[in-house]
Amino acid sequence: MTLFFLWTDILVWTLVAAALLGGWMLLRSPVSRQKWVTIFRSKIAMASVIVLFFYLVFALLDSVHFKVDKPNGGTPIVSLLDMAMAHQKDFSERTYSAPFATHEYTKSIVVDAKGVSTQRYLPLKYVSSGQMLSGSIQGLLTGALIAVFLIGIHLLWRAKGSVGAHFKAVMHGNTQLPWRTAYGVFALMTLLLAWLYVMSFSYHVLGTDKVGGDVFYAALKSIRTGVLIGTLTTLVTLPLAIFLGVSAGYFRGWVDDLIQYLYTTLSSIPGVLLIAAGVLMMQVMMDNHPEWFASTIERSDLRLLFLIVILGVTSWTGLCRMLRAETLRIAKMDFVTAAKAFGVSKWRIMARHIVPNLTHIILISIVLDFSGLVLAEAVLSYVGVGVDPTMYSWGNMINQARLEMAREPMVWWSLFASFIFMFILVLAANLFSDRVQQVLDPRNAQ
Amino acid sequence: MLAYIIKRILYAIPILIGVNLITFMLFFMVNTPDDMARAQLGAKQTTPAMIAAWKAEKGYDKPLFYNEKATGTAKLTDTLFVNESLKLFWFDFGLSDANRNIAEDIRARMGPSLAIALPTFLIALVTNISLALLLVLFRGSVLDMSAMVVAVMIMSVSGLFYIIAGQVLFSKIWHWVPISGYESGWSGVKFVLLPVAIGVFAGLGSGVRWFRSIFLEQINQDYVRTARAKGLSEIAVLFRHVLPNGMLPILTGVVVIIPSLFMGSLIMESFFGIPGLGSYTIDAINAQDFAIVKAMVFLGSVLYIVGLILTDISYTLFDPRVTL
Amino acid sequence: MDIMNQGPLINIENLSVSVEEERLLDNVSFDIARGETFALVGESGSGKSLTSLAIMRLLPEAIRVESGDVKLRGKSLFALPEYEMGHIRGSRIAMIFQEPMSALNPVMTVGAQVEEVVRLHLKLSRAEAKARVISLFKEVSIPNPEVRYGWYPHQLSGGQKQRVMIAMALACEPDLLIADEPTTALDVTIQAQVLELLEKIKKERGFSILFITHDLSVVSQVADRVAVMQKGRIVETADAETFFKGPKHPYTRQLLKDALGSPERAPTPPAPSLLEVRNLKVHFPVKKGILQRSSGVIKAVDGVSLSIDKGKTMALVGESGSGKSTLGQAILSLVPVTEGEILFDGVNLVSLSKAQLQPYRQKIQVIFQDPFAALDPRMRVGEIIAEGMESLGIGPKSKQARREAIMKLLQKVELEAEAIDRYPHEFSGGQRQRIGIARALAVEPELIICDEPTSALDVTVRAQVLALLKRLQEEMGVAYLFITHDLSIVPAIADEVAVMQRGQIVEQGSVAEVMKKPKEAYTKTLLAAAPKLPETIQKGFYDHSVRP
Repeated sequence: MTLFFLWTDILVWTLVAAALLGGWMLLRSPVSRQKWVTIFRSKIAMASVIVLFFYLVFALLDSVHFKVDKPNGGTPIVSLLDMAMAHQKDFSERTYSAPFATHEYTKSIVVDAKGVSTQRYLPLKYVSSGQMLSGSIQGLLTGALIAVFLIGIHLLWRAKGSVGAHFKAVMHGNTQLPWRTAYGVFALMTLLLAWLYVMSFSYHVLGTDKVGGDVFYAALKSIRTGVLIGTLTTLVTLPLAIFLGVSAGYFRGWVDDLIQYLYTTLSSIPGVLLIAAGVLMMQVMMDNHPEWFASTIERSDLRLLFLIVILGVTSWTGLCRMLRAETLRIAKMDFVTAAKAFGVSKWRIMARHIVPNLTHIILISIVLDFSGLVLAEAVLSYVGVGVDPTMYSWGNMINQARLEMAREPMVWWSLFASFIFMFILVLAANLFSDRVQQVLDPRNAQ
Repeated sequence: MLAYIIKRILYAIPILIGVNLITFMLFFMVNTPDDMARAQLGAKQTTPAMIAAWKAEKGYDKPLFYNEKATGTAKLTDTLFVNESLKLFWFDFGLSDANRNIAEDIRARMGPSLAIALPTFLIALVTNISLALLLVLFRGSVLDMSAMVVAVMIMSVSGLFYIIAGQVLFSKIWHWVPISGYESGWSGVKFVLLPVAIGVFAGLGSGVRWFRSIFLEQINQDYVRTARAKGLSEIAVLFRHVLPNGMLPILTGVVVIIPSLFMGSLIMESFFGIPGLGSYTIDAINAQDFAIVKAMVFLGSVLYIVGLILTDISYTLFDPRVTL
Repeated sequence: MDIMNQGPLINIENLSVSVEEERLLDNVSFDIARGETFALVGESGSGKSLTSLAIMRLLPEAIRVESGDVKLRGKSLFALPEYEMGHIRGSRIAMIFQEPMSALNPVMTVGAQVEEVVRLHLKLSRAEAKARVISLFKEVSIPNPEVRYGWYPHQLSGGQKQRVMIAMALACEPDLLIADEPTTALDVTIQAQVLELLEKIKKERGFSILFITHDLSVVSQVADRVAVMQKGRIVETADAETFFKGPKHPYTRQLLKDALGSPERAPTPPAPSLLEVRNLKVHFPVKKGILQRSSGVIKAVDGVSLSIDKGKTMALVGESGSGKSTLGQAILSLVPVTEGEILFDGVNLVSLSKAQLQPYRQKIQVIFQDPFAALDPRMRVGEIIAEGMESLGIGPKSKQARREAIMKLLQKVELEAEAIDRYPHEFSGGQRQRIGIARALAVEPELIICDEPTSALDVTVRAQVLALLKRLQEEMGVAYLFITHDLSIVPAIADEVAVMQRGQIVEQGSVAEVMKKPKEAYTKTLLAAAPKLPETIQKGFYDHSVRP
């Protein structure tokens, strides 16, 4: 078993490193530290971030891949999440089954020993019925233990002085940040996940899909796709938007004309069509270069990477325009004039005075774009220019579920699962971005 | 005014050339026509002869920018760039890969697209603005707060769910409207109702929030204080002062998309089986019909640029400070 | 006359308002008699505008009234239902604001805006209303009222916009006009005209004015009675005459003393010339159309010659748009010069390349008007001051030594040395201005362009900053080009003065000559327009106060 890095794994860990570094640099300044404390003072923001944190953990667990040597030859690539969910990944039922069902959803024709064929609901292969109560107790207990342990550690870490007094303050909601809310949401999420996880050993908690795959597993695997598209695209967008936007706004003249021409041209092409054209071309390119990938998982990863790049390259224009306008404004400010009067070079002025004063716009746009990108993935997959059809993603799940809704009786759980998973993520992201915008946007400061 | 419009149209030409170059690079330079032939014919047993035949049939056998074999000006004109991209300028879209006349298809499909997109746009605009004004009137109240929570929730659901849920509820379970299809004329209304309703509802969250933030920004301006100091009631202040001033940022965001309504909605049309340009595009993407995708990209850009020009013109109507 | 018309027009009784836990107005009480001009004076944040909004019941939503009442002709305004208050606003009590620019609705014609209030309160027909608006425009001396009626605010000058606001306020013959810093945003000549207009109309119509201002010399011109506010409280109320003769409260005394400015500066011995500007022209092209053809030029600076001596101060006086700031920027080599020479120590800066200019960047530095825009909010004070030292290679090279040098510098501008590790937002406007001064001084310049360094500051802070600048000049021998629109501070700081109008210098010479015996008509107008504290009071006041 060896560690194996997919392209997107490398990028996602780079992003984590960059985010940690950026966060550290940001918090060095007491001004921005104060702003972030203000952001988190809102209970809604705190709760949203805890929820987002859980999604991020799953995405990261799913971004550590190993090449496993199987005794029967073959070296499948599996992630930590796959290992934890091996009981669902490696075994699948025959076809549809409802959440917590013990039998298949549709009748099958069974020919018994006597040659008589009957229509029956076949029992599911990997379900151990009767575990409802014991499994629930076990799951909830595990969840409670984990939650208490982790919250306890955090309490000890945060307590300056008496732990008892700190605990009391948290319980009365008298802390600077709403830790009570944070702990509450954290405990709730942990309990829910632990219960679902323990139950998933005995049941298909969210049912199975057409080919008998576990929907809960699929929904969990889709987290990585959604989170990656939402975050990595920004990684592509930011350097382009910042460099071009600041250059246009600071140098003006022909540089400005050129960059404005570039983004007017790009933004005049309808977004979906540009992405579609890009993806179509990428498909042709990948079809002609089968040597670029050794396995399906690498193939779909490469496609995800290309999709992210295409999304990034087509979506920098909005931010660029905003940064240009703000740069024009800042470049006229007296402190920039003062730097010029000191003979400070242009590049240094841009790095020291302009870019740091753009951070609020950049941060707002990162959090604002995230939910839009997660939603866009679903639409693009539907149009046929999203991630690889073999890849787990909410878009692909919805796409398949669409036809299932037409069945009689309806197979609703795939759609339900993708709906719930997406809704919670996007809602949390939207609520958080609202708060970030409210605090960081200087127009709201009064 | 006229001089200004002519200027803007002239200014649009380099942008359209840029659009052309981008699409041309995407379609012919990232992958050579050979690659496309192989992809179209199936990657396996393709002989060079088959590829050559496919290229010749599509007219893709010419060089990209410079034709050495041709004579005179044909050296520059008998090339892929001129044949495949520049001719888009006179809306000569050529034939699709399935040998249909694209321009004719587009003309035929604009109507159904508009039948969905235009009512959705207008109803959404009126609903969003009215609701936003209502919330601004009651700003800070429980109504405002809870409406904002609902708006965020509406925003947080993928449009696909609204469509699926709408179809299941209104068509499959309650049988109020047909699940999909289209007819022109008044008999087609029943097909249009559901997609329009869903379109309006799906955009409600972000729309109301956007308009509300525009009005709220106005309400803190000095001239609003003056209006109140005159003794105007809050409603009069909203309608006589805040709304006209809010129109300016609204125009910037709204007018530019009006021409693009012709393009229809990809998702809506394909779910409801509307024979418009949106579903046309999706079908082309799924069939990998490059000629149609290229034509739609160009058409989309032209309509966007028309939208930009219309935005500027609308500004002269609403903002006395802007003259052309 | 019935009994109701005997008492004061309006009583403000024990008014207290707060936002959250903070008290913004604390027991504010005063009355205004009929036909009286009552001036409410205070520095920024003292609560004077808040008082006026409270009277109109137009306080922002977050601010609530704790206690107190406002009575108009004995009738409580706070007890009225909102729709009845609507009949009072604009009709019985009218208001004009500081920024005529933003106080008018930009997308509505000025005629329609005035007509709106006429029709609302007087219920006139459209034609009657229009006729009334035009007669109002005539009364406030708007030229061509019939034509201006259909104009939009952006087509009018600042002074005319303020006249429109006044017309709007007068439209329904109010009993009380609240004028909230009505002339602060205007040039002195326009200010004089607007004040004169208000005075005239008040005489004709006999209403009362609540005049809110920070400027004591304006008060001395317009007010019958004065109340001074400090931190949400009224510290002194008196009639104007007694007030200017001998204010009682120490804060008021300080305020008046600072408004008077320090005495004229003693003549200094002659010094060699440092900077010589010869026939300088800065023209900006006006670009038009898609091809960006130049279709004309703005002549911001048009043939200016002046010279500044070592260690002396030249005051550059002019109204907004006169080109005085552009001239400063040109001397700093921050805008391209169209024609002419800037000789610094005999070297023509205009002809130097970027690299050759670098040593002169050190010698000429700048201080700005807006203390909030002048400092990068994301840098520590130490970094801000060190920037120029690093860029120009001035001062000690080692980190520790540089830090010490900066701390010394901070003490020199009368700040704590600990300020070095703090961020600009932790400082007040005056303190920020000191940081700006320290930043300029850090590179040991010989000339500092002071671009309106005190006009954004309150009068007490202004006096402190001016004293600091003066002290630094004495200690370090630095020369100032002091750009200002405020004539009252010129005698206290400058040796020479140049008066600028439309890109040209109309008159220059020693302060004594220009300020006392102006030759040019424009200078005379400027001097006449500037509101002054009464001469006799000035004298009397100095006799009693001991200056350090």
